[in-house]
Amino acid sequence: MNQILKIENVTKKYNNNFKALDNLNLNILKGEIFALLGPNGAGKSTLINTVCGILNFNEGSIRVNDHDVIKEYRKTRSLIGIVPQELNLEAFETVWDNVNYSRGLYGKPPNYKHIESILRELSLWDKKESKLRELSGGMKRRVLIAKALSHEPKILFLDEPTASVDVELRKDMWKIIKRLKSKGVTIILTTHYIEEAEEIADRVGIINNGKIIIVDEKNRLIKKLGQKILKIELSTNILNIPEKLHSYNLKLNNEGTVITYIYDTKANKTGITTLLTELKNHNIQLKDISTEQSSLESIFLNLLKESEYELVRS
Amino acid sequence: MNWYGLKAIYFHEMDRMRRTLFQSIVSPIISTSLYFVVFGSAIGSRITEIDGVSYGSFIVPGMIMLTILTQSISNASFGIFFPKFTNTVYELLAAPLSSFEIILGFVGAAATKSLIIGCIIIGTANIFVDLHILHPFIMIFFLILTSVTFSLFGFMIGVWADNFEKLQLIPILIITPLVFLGGSFYSINMLPEFWQKVSLLNPVLYLVSGFRWSFYEIADVSIYTSLITILVFLFSCLGILIYSFAKGYKIKN
Ligand SMILES: Nc1ncnc2c1ncn2[C@@H]1O[C@H](COP(=O)(O)OP(=O)(O)O)[C@@H](O)[C@H]1O
Ligand SMILES: [Mg+2]
Repeated sequence: MNQILKIENVTKKYNNNFKALDNLNLNILKGEIFALLGPNGAGKSTLINTVCGILNFNEGSIRVNDHDVIKEYRKTRSLIGIVPQELNLEAFETVWDNVNYSRGLYGKPPNYKHIESILRELSLWDKKESKLRELSGGMKRRVLIAKALSHEPKILFLDEPTASVDVELRKDMWKIIKRLKSKGVTIILTTHYIEEAEEIADRVGIINNGKIIIVDEKNRLIKKLGQKILKIELSTNILNIPEKLHSYNLKLNNEGTVITYIYDTKANKTGITTLLTELKNHNIQLKDISTEQSSLESIFLNLLKESEYELVRS
Repeated sequence: MNWYGLKAIYFHEMDRMRRTLFQSIVSPIISTSLYFVVFGSAIGSRITEIDGVSYGSFIVPGMIMLTILTQSISNASFGIFFPKFTNTVYELLAAPLSSFEIILGFVGAAATKSLIIGCIIIGTANIFVDLHILHPFIMIFFLILTSVTFSLFGFMIGVWADNFEKLQLIPILIITPLVFLGGSFYSINMLPEFWQKVSLLNPVLYLVSGFRWSFYEIADVSIYTSLITILVFLFSCLGILIYSFAKGYKIKN
């Protein structure tokens, strides 16, 4: 698959000399849904804004569809649509005018049919004559999405699209993202909600302190780094976990009927066999056992700990 | 050239103006009428003629210039300041637009508005005095040149300003005094010799003088000096803007 976005050794310093992006490298494949995951202040918005031309960067190169974002900015920018993190809109303009204005800025001739279909898809058609300031937060987010789609971009950036968004919009958004993907649009979204990445991304990148820590396919990432959870249901409840089993870090639920054990699938010895034997030795009767894949959340937290650990060591 | 983008900015700006249409048209009409009442009638009855032109007619060109200058600066500076203030400027920066196209869109719209206002004032003035314009084409040329130049200047202020105080600073501290001292309401011949010399340092004087010449063929300085002054100012503004954008000066950060 070919790369639609190539970010090489990009460093971005803000005026106060703070490095928000630190020699960052990232490649995005054509047609994928990529989730950029990172805590607040990791540099997600900064990264998106440098690609889109909203911010300058100090070093490195960014190429979109094999065009340089600085030298050939017209070509690169007309491919990109961006839904910014903040809900900033003008106050007195109508939804209809504002969305059409966005399309114009991108150098596209008017196409009212297209705008109408976007507004309908986003349930904004009833509101098309409303002034922007009359809209609720959720509606504003919808307008920002409509603006970003107005010029039929090939790459769509969504910066924390679901931050403080209602369930309805989240559903609509996933539907739109899936439709765009089926049309070959590349989608890059940032989030600090791990479930979101888990739900729709093809690949996941984790960013912290202006650096990409890891990039991989979502499923591989979960498998490669994931821990599993072993759930053991008991036939009769117990009051506490026997002393001898403390090294397993087991957890007992309040009713005393379920023991959970977290283990590393990558480790040579998962400890499952010995644990089960020990339980038997303690005359604990098992009713059922099941395993669960650990969430991206725990992976994420582990990685952050690791990278901080490396920083401390180096 | 991104023509659709340029068009979008231009009409977006004109639209903002349309929303405040009443205020945009009524306020110049009222202020023009006030100038006529205060200066034209009250003072004009004591001053008979200046260079063979009645005082009421004499002040018309200066009044138009006064309004065009302040309107151009405030429209253009507010036009680009507004998206910065509301944080919607990201859209202009992310769109495939060159700085030249952005400047052209905003400055074009601001200058258009000034021209419309200029015409309204001429119309209003015509009610109070009988206007004969000797060189209508030169008059229009001056009108356009001034609107564009000071819209450019206003755009620069809007790019530079990062708060409302700065936005008002230059117009209040520099432009308004220069305009009032630029011979809008008097001929510098009426001043003592020392102040005549000082007045010659005021670029606005050259504008007003040239513009008045296109009406009545009377002027404080030669029409060519006036033309050169405004052209120099136009190209300085353009030069500074293009230079600073080329240097990577962004509208934001
Ligand atoms: N305009 C700015 N000036 C200085 N520092 C900034 C500016 N914008 C963001 N930062 C800093 O850069 C870092 C990355 O910010 P950002 O890209 O917004 O993070 P994220 O989107 O991942 O939450 C943060 O530490 C933030 O404080
Ligand atoms: Mg952010």
